[in-house]
Order: sequence, then C-alpha cells, then structure tokens
Amino acid sequence: MFKEMIGKRSEKVKNIVERGMVKKFAEAIGDPHPIFIDEVYGKQSRYGKNIAPPTFPRVFEYGEIEELQLPNKGLIHGEQIYHYKRPLFVGETIYCYTEVADYYEKTGKNGWMGFIILKLYGEDAEGENIFTEEQVVIITETVRKELVR
Amino acid sequence: MKQLAELRSGDVLDEKTLEPVTRLDLIKYAGASGDYNPIHTIDEEAKKLGLPGIIAHGMWTMGNLAKLFTPYLEEGFIQDYTIRFSGMVFLGDVLTLQAKLQEKDGEKMDFHVAAVNQSGTEVIKGNVVFQTYT
Repeated sequence: MFKEMIGKRSEKVKNIVERGMVKKFAEAIGDPHPIFIDEVYGKQSRYGKNIAPPTFPRVFEYGEIEELQLPNKGLIHGEQIYHYKRPLFVGETIYCYTEVADYYEKTGKNGWMGFIILKLYGEDAEGENIFTEEQVVIITETVRKELVR
Repeated sequence: MKQLAELRSGDVLDEKTLEPVTRLDLIKYAGASGDYNPIHTIDEEAKKLGLPGIIAHGMWTMGNLAKLFTPYLEEGFIQDYTIRFSGMVFLGDVLTLQAKLQEKDGEKMDFHVAAVNQSGTEVIKGNVVFQTYT
C-alpha cells in the first residue's frame, strides 16, 4: 500500500547540534559523560570540542515526505541502523532529510505486516555526508485497518 | 582504564545494570528526543493498543546501550550501530547492558551488543562497529 512511495524524499532541514539539547539528551539516556557536556573537557579532548552521543540524531528534524501519511500511533519500530563518517560535534550545523528507501509486505504467523524502510541523512554545510540512518517501521494489520478506513 | 584496542575476540566490556525503569525516565527521554508517542508515557494509550502498560522507547534503550562505549570515545568512534528491537521494556524492568568483541579487523572492532531484562530476555540486540583512530 506504500509501494508508490519508494524514492520519495523530504526537503533538507537545517539542524543545529545545540549544547543544551546534547546535555539534556545525554542525561535522558543516563550518559552525562564530560566528552558530551563539559566544555573544558571537550576542548582538551582529541576533538578539540564536545561531541554528541551516537543516537542523538533522534532529536533532528528531517522534513516531511508530503505524500507519506503515517499514523502517529501503533507503528512498530523494528530496526534502527546508524552509520557515521565521524562523531557529531556540539555547535555544528547539520542538514537532514529522509527518503522512503523500500516498502514490502509479508504475511506470516502474526498475520499481515507492512515494512517501510526509511533512510535518513545528515550532511554538513558543504554537502558532505556525516551520518546515515535506516529505520525499519512495521505496520500491523490493526494499523492498516485504521489507515484504509 | 584498559584501552579498547587491547581487547581480543571473545572479550567482553564491563556489564552495566541499570536502575529499574521509571515513568520519569521515559518522560525525560520523550522531552529530550521529541518523541511524544503516548504509548511511552500514558497508560490509557498503551492499554488501547492492548499492552498491559506503557513501554520504553526502543531508542531510549538503544541510547543507553551505547554508553558502554562512551569511555572509549577518544580512542575511536562508533561507525556502525545496528539494533533490532526484539522485546518490550516495561516499568520496573531491570536491564543489563552487554558487549562482546566478535572480530577485530585492523582498526575496526565488531561487537555483539544487547540489553537483557531481569528474565534473561534480550530486548534489543545488534552490533557496534567501533573504528579506532590510528
């Protein structure tokens, strides 16, 4: 039911790796290490600045894929993959967008399921890719019924 | 602290056992991440979907699991982090974070990682490829 969405992508959105947000995020995952939050520690580190935890891109906005109408409830996040060229630096600007990489359906012992593969990208100001993300989002029979209603 | 590069295949990082999961943990994560799906914070919404109560954000658990590597982030960085969300995490659950080095190929170290609940079930599992700096 989402097959025609494959290849659709969002417009790039400007995001900033904000110091306050990194601190809040690091605390929320119980990892308030000084490499993330202490400015002096960051300056003296090999990076010369603070970095962000690897799952921090959860905070970013990636823009909307206009045609893709997903319910905001009842979807299952099945898998999550991050690939980094380097860590994210606190204070830097990252341009993010997302695309529907694939869609397929399966009928197994748990009934009908739809799998949407979303790819998410983060680039620096020069257009150089810093990270890529892949999310597998599962649509169950129950959610599908809501969608077609 | 031991350097990560000194590890050999089959070696494990020190396990970390978290405090029992509380509602406040999930409210904090919702606020910090911007993921306000009510299934993670409001019981009634979770029950509407047939769950006994709220469940943790999978990304909260994934975020927690990565901290096994945080002490080594000046030695290298997490290049690939792959997770399958295989089980649900409920309030009061006690998670233990684990990482085991599977293979070392030059500067790349491939770890099997998992968060295991108090019943011994892996609630998330996957791999971390840690790239050390030369």
